[in-house]
Parts: sequence; C-alpha cells; structure tokens
Amino acid sequence: MMALRATGWFLASLVVGAGLVVLWHYVVSAGFVSPVFLPPPGRAWTALVNGFTRGALAEQLLATIGRMIYGWLLASLVGVALGTLIGTSRAAIVYLGPTLEMIRPLPASAIIPVAIAFLGLTEQMAIAVIAFGALWPMLLATVHGFAAVEPQLYELSRALGLKRWEVILKIGLPSAMPDILAGMRVGLTIALILAIVAEMLASRPGLGHSVLLAARSFRSPDLYAGVILLGIVGYVSAAALAAFETRLLRWRVPH
Amino acid sequence: MSEAAPALRSGWRGAVIPVGAVVLAQLLALASPQQSDILAAPLDIFLAGAGGLFDGTIVAATGQTLIAALAGLAIGVGVGLIFGILLGLSGVLDRLMTFSIETVRPVPSAALIPVSLLVFGFGFRMEIAIVAFSTIWPVLILSRAAVAGIEHRLLEVSRVLGFGLVERVWKIIIPAALPRIFVAFRLATGIALIVAVTVEVTANPLGLGHGMMAAQQSLNPALMLALLVWLGLIGWALNAVLLWAQRTLFGPAAIAEARP
Repeated sequence: MMALRATGWFLASLVVGAGLVVLWHYVVSAGFVSPVFLPPPGRAWTALVNGFTRGALAEQLLATIGRMIYGWLLASLVGVALGTLIGTSRAAIVYLGPTLEMIRPLPASAIIPVAIAFLGLTEQMAIAVIAFGALWPMLLATVHGFAAVEPQLYELSRALGLKRWEVILKIGLPSAMPDILAGMRVGLTIALILAIVAEMLASRPGLGHSVLLAARSFRSPDLYAGVILLGIVGYVSAAALAAFETRLLRWRVPH
Repeated sequence: MSEAAPALRSGWRGAVIPVGAVVLAQLLALASPQQSDILAAPLDIFLAGAGGLFDGTIVAATGQTLIAALAGLAIGVGVGLIFGILLGLSGVLDRLMTFSIETVRPVPSAALIPVSLLVFGFGFRMEIAIVAFSTIWPVLILSRAAVAGIEHRLLEVSRVLGFGLVERVWKIIIPAALPRIFVAFRLATGIALIVAVTVEVTANPLGLGHGMMAAQQSLNPALMLALLVWLGLIGWALNAVLLWAQRTLFGPAAIAEARP
C-alpha cells in the first residue's frame, strides 16, 4: 500500500514535469522567448538524438565522464590516504589542521591559472585541476572522520594491543566511512564542474567544449542537448554513488 | 562538514608549517635568482599584491567579483527561500515538484556558462544568473527541511489565531526556521564566491578570476599568485565572519541542529 502510494506520487510529479516541458514548448512557440536563446524542447531532443546517431556526442560524453572519473579516483586515493595519515596522528592535526582550514574556502577554480602556467593547455592540466579540486573535500572529510572516532574505541584498541595499521583498518576506517563517502560525493560534483571548465579552457574534446562551441555559433538546440546530457551525467553519477553508499553502510544501525 | 572539528588547540604550532614554507621558498629563490614564468618568490608575490592594492586594480577586481557573487546570491537566496518555504509547508506541492526539481538540480553550474553567455553576453548579468542558479538549490533544500521540521503545535497556534499565509510565514515560520536558514545562507555564500570565480576564470572578462588568467597569460606569476592568496583570504574571511555571526546570533545549537 505504501509502495503503491509512493509510485502514485512519483507518477504525479512526472506529469507535473511533463507539463513544464509543454509549457516550455508553448512559451517558445508563442514567441515570448527568442528561439536563439531557448529552442523548443522538440528541437533540443532532435539535436540530442542526432548527436548520438550521426554526431560525436557519444564520444564527447565518454571523454568527459572518463576525465571526471579519472580525476576523481585520483583525488579519492590521495585524499583518503593523506586524510588517514593526518587524522590518526594528533601531532599532524595540531600542526596541519589550521593550514588545511585556511585553504578550504579557496575556490577550486582559482588554481586553474596556476595549473595552466605549470602544464599548459594540456590533458594533464585538466586531470590535475580536477584531481586537485576534488581532493579537498575528501581530505578534510577523512581527517574529520578519523578525528571524530569514539575515543573509547581507541582505548579499546590499545587494551587489545592492536598495531597502528590494525587500528586504522579495523576501527578508524569503518567509523570514518560515512564522512569519507560524504566527502567523495561532494568531490564528484566538483570533479564534473572542473572537467567541464577545463575542457572549455583547454579546448579538449568533450561535452564542455562542445556546448561552448554550440553557444559561440548560436546553435541553441545543440547547446541545450549538451546541457541536458550534462545534467543527466550529474544525476546518474550522484545516484550511483548514493546507491553504493547505502550498500556499503548497511551495517550501520539506522537512527 | 567539520564545524564540530576536534577541539585540539593548535596555537602557534598551526603557524609553523605555512611560515616555514614561505621562508623556505624565499631562501630557495635567493639561492637561485633566475626569472621564472611560472613561480615567484614570496617577497615578489607580496610586493605584487601590495602594488595592486595600492594602485586600485585589485580593489576594483575584488569589487566586481563580490558584486556579481552577492547579487547572484541575493536572487538565489530569495527564490530558494520562497520555494523552500512553500514546499516545506505543503507536502502535496513538495511531492508534485520532486521530479522537476531533481532533474534540474544536478545540472552542473559550469554547463550553464555557455547558455548564460548566449543570452546575456559578457558582463555582470551572465555571471549573476549562473551564481543565482547555483545558490537556489542549497537554500531550497535546507529551508524546505527546516520548515517541514517546525513544531506542529506552532502551526496550530497560528491557525487558532487566524493568521493568513503571509502572517504565518512572517511571524511563525521564519523565526522558527531561522537558525537553519542561516546555515543555508552561509553555505550558499561560499558557493556564490566559488561559482563567480569559476565563471570569471572560464569566460567572463571581469573580477579576480579574470585577473588571474590575465596575469598568467602575460607571464606575471607574482601577480597571479598574489591574486590566488588574496582570493584565499577573501574566502576565508567571508566564511569566518558568517560563522561568527551564526555563533553569536543563534548559539552553538544552530550548528548542531543544522545537519541536513
């Protein structure tokens, strides 16, 4: 009964969404908005289908996703490893904590000019920017996760005579996992944004570059097709990570 | 994420590593004094920053970035708050809008740069539009949760008193949800600065982001790095001021309560 009701509400909200698309169609065809700025939804859809069947949309999509995931995985590895080292050492937190907190509010995109100075407009620059930008939320979340472990658990591990790596693996990591996953979720959003920005700046083949070209040559259906596709990438990647998260954290007592 | 960060007191020890790094970089620069297109000595960075502050170029660029970020923030917070309160009050409306909101929300802000460029051209308006779009969502989601979490008896009281919608929102809902709405505002402010700088670095010839790109392209690493440090300071100061305001206005309860 509950499930049936939830499905009913979902269908109703789907109808509302469809209604908004219809509204979009009429706003454009009635001439309220110029089709140069906002194409009718039908033409954006056609551009999307044509882009896949005849154009290079599939390749560009894969290039952007590949860049995003590669940079994000790099950031996850480095972020969690460094975060573990810092979070499990009181001295490291005391000496490094304030520095990390100082750097945290720095906009990630501000390092793009620095990365360009070092690496030029290259693929390495794109990956470096994505990885560096996505690194911070994961690093800080991991440090926080390890620092927030119940002190009693550490006392217990001392009483059991566990080694440092055993403490990290058996006690620290499981209790820091929710924080780490939250950091990875934020990191993934940042990775997608920076992948798009890096493609635009360095003219690397990908969706970010193709939407910029579409806007420059006033091909608004292609532009909106790309934007819709990027929205789907954002949605699917976040949903996939959320599903993974619930599986991984199933052992936790819900509260 | 780590407002409740471990209460370890760093004191002077927190300054050892940054100060040490700056001193080391300066010594290295003195030991090998050649021109570089990529790096600059800390002293040169400081001089470039001080020069830009005195001749007004950095001040003007800072003003442009902050105007764009704050104008976008004002629009985003306004729209997000209106929809957040409406959806928080009406469960039916909330469920009906779920699909639409969840499909538009994940569109990455950077993907809207070309759209906004096409509609507005270069300038403040395109940047403000993107900042507004990006700040609507955190405010909408958090204020919706805040309003939906208001004690039901308060709403019953307002019904007994015969309040209309405007009075109910103004006298009951906003005061009750204010601590959590402020947290949303603080998060949105951080996002506004990040998005404004991103738009400037990518496309818009305005503000600090563009200043950094221009300094990089004219091979002036000292100015580029000075702007980077300056941006970090602005981000840090903005966050510190809002955290302080949150703590003095609402006390520590607001921070603990505001976990979405």
